[in-house]
Amino acid sequence: MKDEVDTREDRVANLKGMGCSRKRVEDARFTQGKGNYVDDIKLDGMLFGDFVRSPYAHARITSIDIEEALKVPGVLAVLTAADLEPLGLHWMPTLAGDKQMVLADGKVLFQGQEVAFVVAEDRYAAADGIEAVVVEYEELPVIVDPFESLKSDVVLREDTVGEDSAPIDGAHGPRKHHNHIFTWEAGDKAPTEEVIANAEVVAEETMYYHRTHPCPLETCGCVASMDKVNGKLTLWGTFQAPHAIRTVVSLISGIEEHNIRVISPDIGGGFGNKVGAYPGYVCSVVASIVTGKPVKWIEDRMDNLMTTAFARDYWMSGKISATPEGKITALRCQVTADHGGFDACADPTKFPAGFMNICTGSYDIPTAYLEVDGVYTNKAPGGVSYRCSFRVTEAVYFIERMIEVLAIELGMDAAELRRINFIKKEQFPYKAALGWEYDSGDYHTAWDKALKAVDYDALRAEQVQRVEDFKAGKTRKLMGIGLSFFTEIVGAGPVKNCDILGLGMFDSCEIRIHPTGSAIARLGTISQGQGHATTFAQILASEIGLPADSITVEEGDTDTAPYGLGTYGSRSTPVAGAATAMAGRKIRAKAQMIAAYLLEVHDDDVEFDVDRFVVKGAPEKFKTMKEIAFAAYNQAIPGIEPGLEAVSYYDPPNMTYPFGAYVCVMDIDVDTGVPDIRRFYALDDCGTRINPMIIEGQVHGGLTEALAVALGQEIAYDNMGNVKTGTLMDFFLPTAWEVPNYETDFTVTPSPHHPIGAKGVGESPHVGGVPCFSNAVQDAFRAFGLRHTNMPHDHWRIWKTANELGLHG
Amino acid sequence: MTKKMHITITVNGKEEEFLAEPRELLIYTLRERLNITGPHIGCDTSHCGACTVTLNGKSVKSCTMFVAQADGAEVETIEGIGGPDALHPLQVAFKEHHGLQCGFCTPGMITRATKLLEEIPNPTEEEIRFGMAGNICRCTGYQNIVKSIQAAAAEMSAAKEAAE
Ligand code: FES
Ligand code: FES
Repeated sequence: MKDEVDTREDRVANLKGMGCSRKRVEDARFTQGKGNYVDDIKLDGMLFGDFVRSPYAHARITSIDIEEALKVPGVLAVLTAADLEPLGLHWMPTLAGDKQMVLADGKVLFQGQEVAFVVAEDRYAAADGIEAVVVEYEELPVIVDPFESLKSDVVLREDTVGEDSAPIDGAHGPRKHHNHIFTWEAGDKAPTEEVIANAEVVAEETMYYHRTHPCPLETCGCVASMDKVNGKLTLWGTFQAPHAIRTVVSLISGIEEHNIRVISPDIGGGFGNKVGAYPGYVCSVVASIVTGKPVKWIEDRMDNLMTTAFARDYWMSGKISATPEGKITALRCQVTADHGGFDACADPTKFPAGFMNICTGSYDIPTAYLEVDGVYTNKAPGGVSYRCSFRVTEAVYFIERMIEVLAIELGMDAAELRRINFIKKEQFPYKAALGWEYDSGDYHTAWDKALKAVDYDALRAEQVQRVEDFKAGKTRKLMGIGLSFFTEIVGAGPVKNCDILGLGMFDSCEIRIHPTGSAIARLGTISQGQGHATTFAQILASEIGLPADSITVEEGDTDTAPYGLGTYGSRSTPVAGAATAMAGRKIRAKAQMIAAYLLEVHDDDVEFDVDRFVVKGAPEKFKTMKEIAFAAYNQAIPGIEPGLEAVSYYDPPNMTYPFGAYVCVMDIDVDTGVPDIRRFYALDDCGTRINPMIIEGQVHGGLTEALAVALGQEIAYDNMGNVKTGTLMDFFLPTAWEVPNYETDFTVTPSPHHPIGAKGVGESPHVGGVPCFSNAVQDAFRAFGLRHTNMPHDHWRIWKTANELGLHG
Repeated sequence: MTKKMHITITVNGKEEEFLAEPRELLIYTLRERLNITGPHIGCDTSHCGACTVTLNGKSVKSCTMFVAQADGAEVETIEGIGGPDALHPLQVAFKEHHGLQCGFCTPGMITRATKLLEEIPNPTEEEIRFGMAGNICRCTGYQNIVKSIQAAAAEMSAAKEAAE
């Protein structure tokens, strides 16, 4: 038998398990145009639904006339709130404890809001139908500024006030004003204020983290098909959390959960955009029930940018105090969060501001206080985590800017300031002032490695020379060195404090081993490009000793996959990856008993070795996992049930805390405002590395999305509430031409509580990348007195900064 | 209703004949009429390149062209570039060098890259980045796409040399 001559290394290599850069099994279909995305689904008699949307940001609807629309050839139905109301579906719950109009119920609160749903035979007929719907609006005062909103007499949401017009409590406690949604606090206010009041050095800054959008290349959409004969509803869609969607659909429609099948087919990128529930889903389901035919709804890009899932929009004010030597003593952060017309943030229910309380960052800060106020405005709802764990991007940007501002205040080097404040290796597990317990880290090692890799001191020397040359008129280019050190908090999360609509945020894996030694594993998550079918098979290969190539991984069909909370917030590896390992270990435990029986020894006398169980001390006596799998199905083994299957639901004991050290070197043309990224070095520590090739790919992608956000991407409104960046003409998505090559590096600090020590990586580069790019731009102007300027640093804004600093002569 | 037009186009070597409204976009003809779903839709403004096809030998964004304008044309989509029995070197290279993640941009990317390599058989990195700037990828950060195209170019040149 070949097995017997293979060396141990050969056997390990044959598994393609953890740590190897296994090529992706998904790629064959994608490279040949055979992916199956939601818009590729075509069913017999399928209709197409699309929305009449509001051109106004705030208006009362005085009438909707659908008569002409119904005469348009190909148009079958037009739904309005009046049709949904008897079903109780004109409003729907949001993930944040608020509710949202499915179709405009008497008024609209943002431009692009869904007013009516036209159902037609094809897209063109639906478009014609939309043209023919006549809606009369009465314009209302528009508020696009959250600070103004908190002062305004205008009541944006009538359900926020009682009969006496006084604000009534919201989902997260009392309201300070009728347009106020919640206040969320963490840490100790009085002690923090006291330390800051008595500190020798205090740096203060206010920064706006602008509104942007995840903008995956595929927009959101679904196909709903109600089979009236069998009473079954099938819903295909771009869902990052298919099981949660099934539960939500059941709760709001009253259709029993076993009669609903939700399928996430291939998803063309998510980045947070596809976590929430959107009016299009509800309307498609209703339209399918009404017409008895399958109904497809697919957003166009403008719908996508204007209405589903914005990200960020945080106004953050900070105070940071320190000793004259630079030891940080306290941090205070006050946030005013613009949530738009409905609070549709996709955060764990008990965290209305997500994990913003990770804003003490990677630093040992003894005292801290955070206060977040959520506010309604006439902007689109959302507040999703765009390639980050819940609000972690905001938190990390905040602290990494505060560190830079403090460095300026102290006249210190920002790298050194970070170093003297890092949480030390021996302090882990580290309890942060705002409540989290960091699992593991070795920040100093990572930082030193990064600074050495880029030859930091030489860069600073070059920068000093550049400033001199600039002043001497020898160059018009300044040089910026962007630093960032981030700690992420991912893997939501422990059921004790993390749930979405009451659903605990565990995840799951179910494994069936086939008689001939191959397997299928099903998970509660869903890949949107992360390559789960590749990496989860690798975890299993190492755990159960069958080659990854013999393991099929399936996700996204709620009829077959075990219940799970889906893929976002870098939670798949920390939670479902752990479930996979645990389920694999159950398989192995049973395999051990079978092996012992076959080898006629006691259970404890065999041990697992790569792909087999061997008799301890007698390695020539063994049974391979393949042989054991076959025995599980063809031998009657006393006391052991036939078959080889396992399922695990994993409730993580803690979050995981990936971290990293990034450095960006940039030349900035002072006269054009154009930045040229000379170098970007990214060191990531995501604990145990499952597939280095995929990790590197995630880092490249996350950094590119960071570049976009930092250097130009925004959802901007004018003061009438018109979206100014509703197409790819004005919404910045970098092309190959604008993007540099990245250098990636790593350290490995495993998570002590995760079964395989993995922490998750998909979002780290975005979280760490945004402050790094921004710090590089701002650092270029430090020598000329710049303290802080807001993102996005597009060419115009950079030029303006240079101009305001008097650099244009 | 507008009068329908008589259209004949050849897609991936197969001639297709049908009546279509003048406003029908080529991308919908391909995806909905002919069930060729490799080319995707990522925008409405001709920016993303997800819908890229080859039309009479040139890279074209099929979302910005009426099928009426393509009457009589030869169209090639990802489905015509290579399949399980004979993969195009670009299809192999994209997998080998991790040039894709969600795969949504991939058909357009590869379709565009086949033309780029015809225009410039051994492109520099700069030429690749410039030549591919009409195709947006949200996942990969392009570094591995560039690598994939370089690898395919090398492979194709070597094969050509061997053949000569
Ligand atoms: S869909 Fe054609 S360019 Fe975007
Ligand atoms: S691989 Fe997802 S858009 Fe390119």
